Amino acid sequence: MDMTTLVSWLIFSPLIGVFVVACMPATQGHMVRKIGIGSTFLPLIGSIVLFVLYHQAQPTSFAQHMEWIAFTLPAMALDTSWAIQEVVVRIPYHVDVNGISLAFVLLTTIVTCMAAWSAVHIQKRLKTFFILLLLLQVGMLGVFCARDLMLFFLFFELTLVPMFFLIGIYGFYDRERAANTFLVYNGFGSALLLIAFVWLMATAGAHVSEGVLQFSSDYATISSYFRTSEALVDGGELTHVAHPFLLSEGDRTALFLLLLLAFGIKLPIFPLHPWMLRVHGEAHPAVVMIHSGILLKMGAYGLIVFAYGWFPAEIHAWGTVLAVLGVINIVAGALMACVQQDIKQVLAYSSISHMGIVLLGLAAQNEIGVQGAVFQLVSHGFISALLFLIVGMLVSRAHTTDLRQCGGLAQSMPFLSAMWMVAGMASLGLPGLSGFVGEWLSFVGLFQTMPVLTVIGCSGMVWAAVYMLRVILRVTYGERRVGMPMYSDVRFVEAVPLTVLVSIIVLLGVYPNVLNDTTEAAIRLVVQPLWELHQGNEPVTVPPFIQGEG
Amino acid sequence: MNTIMQLQASDLATFAPELTLFIATVVLAVADLFLPASLRRTWIGVGSLLAVVVSATIVWLQLGQGDVTTLLQGSYVVDGMAGLFKLLVLTATALTLVMSMGAKRDALDTAHLGEYYTLYLPATIGAMMVASSRELITTFVALELLSITTVVLIGMRQSATRGKEAAYKALVLGGISAAFLLYGMSFLYGMTGTTSYEEMQRFFQTTPVDETQLIYVSFFLIIVGIGFKIAAVPFHAWTLDVYRGATIPVTAFLAVVSKLAGFMMLIRLAGDVLFPIDIVQVAIGTDVRIVLALLAVLSMIVAHTMALRQTNAMRLFALSGIANTGYLLIPLLSPSFHSEGLVIWVYYAYAYVLMNMGAFIALLLVRKPQQHTSDVSDFAGLYYRAPWTAVAVVLLVLSLAGIPLTAGFFGKLLILFGVMTTNMVGVAIVMVVTSVLSFYYYFRIIRQMFLRTTQPDIPLPRQTILTGTLWVCATASVLLGLFPSRLIAWITVASQWGAY
Repeated sequence: MDMTTLVSWLIFSPLIGVFVVACMPATQGHMVRKIGIGSTFLPLIGSIVLFVLYHQAQPTSFAQHMEWIAFTLPAMALDTSWAIQEVVVRIPYHVDVNGISLAFVLLTTIVTCMAAWSAVHIQKRLKTFFILLLLLQVGMLGVFCARDLMLFFLFFELTLVPMFFLIGIYGFYDRERAANTFLVYNGFGSALLLIAFVWLMATAGAHVSEGVLQFSSDYATISSYFRTSEALVDGGELTHVAHPFLLSEGDRTALFLLLLLAFGIKLPIFPLHPWMLRVHGEAHPAVVMIHSGILLKMGAYGLIVFAYGWFPAEIHAWGTVLAVLGVINIVAGALMACVQQDIKQVLAYSSISHMGIVLLGLAAQNEIGVQGAVFQLVSHGFISALLFLIVGMLVSRAHTTDLRQCGGLAQSMPFLSAMWMVAGMASLGLPGLSGFVGEWLSFVGLFQTMPVLTVIGCSGMVWAAVYMLRVILRVTYGERRVGMPMYSDVRFVEAVPLTVLVSIIVLLGVYPNVLNDTTEAAIRLVVQPLWELHQGNEPVTVPPFIQGEG
Repeated sequence: MNTIMQLQASDLATFAPELTLFIATVVLAVADLFLPASLRRTWIGVGSLLAVVVSATIVWLQLGQGDVTTLLQGSYVVDGMAGLFKLLVLTATALTLVMSMGAKRDALDTAHLGEYYTLYLPATIGAMMVASSRELITTFVALELLSITTVVLIGMRQSATRGKEAAYKALVLGGISAAFLLYGMSFLYGMTGTTSYEEMQRFFQTTPVDETQLIYVSFFLIIVGIGFKIAAVPFHAWTLDVYRGATIPVTAFLAVVSKLAGFMMLIRLAGDVLFPIDIVQVAIGTDVRIVLALLAVLSMIVAHTMALRQTNAMRLFALSGIANTGYLLIPLLSPSFHSEGLVIWVYYAYAYVLMNMGAFIALLLVRKPQQHTSDVSDFAGLYYRAPWTAVAVVLLVLSLAGIPLTAGFFGKLLILFGVMTTNMVGVAIVMVVTSVLSFYYYFRIIRQMFLRTTQPDIPLPRQTILTGTLWVCATASVLLGLFPSRLIAWITVASQWGAY
């Protein structure tokens, strides 16, 4: 069966919703809401179909590779001995899914659907909200499916604009400043990413044959460059002049650091985090669900796909630094979370802490560590979406998220409190819930390479119990504020997304293989260059990238 | 020497685009005198537009033939680069004329509408001649034709004293720039004994020059002169005041046509004289490149930083234009200037025309009546007042900011790509990092439109021509960003540079 267009349909399916919602009159609030929520089911169904097909017995190819932008430039003034007649630049449209992207695609479609559902609390400019949300989804799905650097970048930037509006229009008092901070930090990250990508395209993407110099931004082309021996060992007598496309060791370190910084802002790595605190604090909880649940994951996804696959030597050299950064994230995030008085800020710092575990998993440089990192990413995506879903319900009733103002909600809202408890437990890593598996795998992975840092990192997780229990207990069983009304418990429509997310978290906790089976093969491919490096093997040598030259 | 001025009648065909505009200027100027006062002078504008369209068609046909014609002993050339540039200028002029016709009467702020519409034509002729001329005197005359006409256009504003102030500043600064240019040119002539680029190139290639300092002096004087024209930092300050004082359509014309004409002079001079000198003499071409790179880097840094706190929309676009000067300078620094450098330059220039013309049309649309200058807050609540117009403005602003899927992004990507293949990583970093700064102020416009309201939000009055043109610019920017291949394939004729 030909499945090559399925991924494209999936990526762009939210656009159908955009058009339908855009054509509706703004006065029909209820209809807009129904249609808006309904249209997030389209990509959800698509991703489930993809998941089922992916697990079929016979492998199906989902790759779609088309010419998109291709143009010929007159010959450049390169070294004259090259005799180049023309220069071709290609930016193909290439989308595909592998296990890792499939996991994130599912995360995206489910969390977006739940976030749309939780928009029952949004009253103003509903039409705009759904249009922006669906546009944002196109960007996110595209990021996880793109197999071309420029396409990836394009989708990556495409998330920036709708998110700017979503933060700036909906949310709390200081939302505009949060939107600006978001824009500037992430804009800066994208800028670094663009430099890295264009640099890669102009060097690793180059290919000479028969007098035609071709630059391609295709992921596969650039990957194959990094798999040649010339790219991995330093040029020796091949000087930079003779091989303008050779990345020296210094170049590769610079590229790796650029990627680390660019994706580190998104992740966020500790000193680069202030923007995400603001977004967590000021954006509407439904928007934070997306932000914390999916957007932060794009950073780690980028690190895994680009930095890991292409720069094994650099990962190896900087592994300790990554691990130390991870430990700093864990400990600093956890300690800060302990002293916050606002539930949203506690959760924000907790996210930083949990992203530290991802860094540890990546620093482990082995399959199990990366598996832990991916698991942690997906699991944290669902958990933080659940947490902020509950925060949204709390805000719609109590109009505050101040810990000192909220207390004793279990009396009036038993169901919500129970869900809050489950979410909190999942977040602090209770076995049987999804949070545990990711942490465990990451720590096991890291223990093989850096036992001391693992121990320090683990001890950081003790603090997770401290701050999470503090928040949960204060809100559910804590002292009731004088004069606090009895809020009504969740309605049926609110209970649905809660239940769905909790079930997924339990499922992943009880039967982690449902995710691990999906990602396993892809992760093995990602880790392979590192593994070969560790074995001391010469990397696989394919014919030199310059053909027809001596 | 008696063969110099032999212009055959058959050569007139080569001049046809300029000639069309010239005849139209004369006819329209005379018609304006004799037509009854009751007749709306917008018809003169229609006449001008018609002339521009005819001229553009001829240029298009000339480009399609693809041959290079050289006239008057190599001092006037019609090649791919000249054709592309003329189309660019004609597009910009056409958009300016349409914008003026669609605008409300008080936005033009002049009693002499007939002259107003006619004067765009000689200015355009000047810009077109710059593109073709490869001789110092012709270039200078063409540039002066352009700049003097625009000074008149700026000064035609009647109610605001700022208009007079702006005209005066443009005149004085234009004079200073011309003085620098002439001074530099006189040194060049003194050394080589010729005004033709062709002979100069030959001279420098064959004759060893002892006074290299003299070459430096003359080149850098010329670069200062051009620096004023293209508004590169540190020769940029005049644009802020002139843009604020002039009416919006005139500013649009200044920001696009005048600036690009300055660039075109630089391109011709650099391609023929400034850069090739490297070959025999000391590395003067390299030094010229370093100076230009310095101008580019300074322009980007200073303009983007100054714009962060700017709330006057006209000054904001002036600063954005200065930053764009920086972007436009970069592809010219490439060692493969004659091949991929020019192609990238032309692509970005086309993107620049569309984005800026669109932005100025947007300013005209939201402009408050009886207000002499535009503020960013004029955009407030546009989303409520005219949602579809707001969407078009967002597309244009995103293009200016360089967000993907727009021509602005792809142009910057091409520039960055060119920089990366030539290992100028420093310039690349400055370019990309400063463009992030620009997010902050470009998004200020978006914030005004979507996150602010004017109490109450009165629907924007219907201005069909302006809205239509706005959408044309916005759509074109997006299409160029989505499917750039075709345009690039077409503009590779830019590298068809008339050889001697």
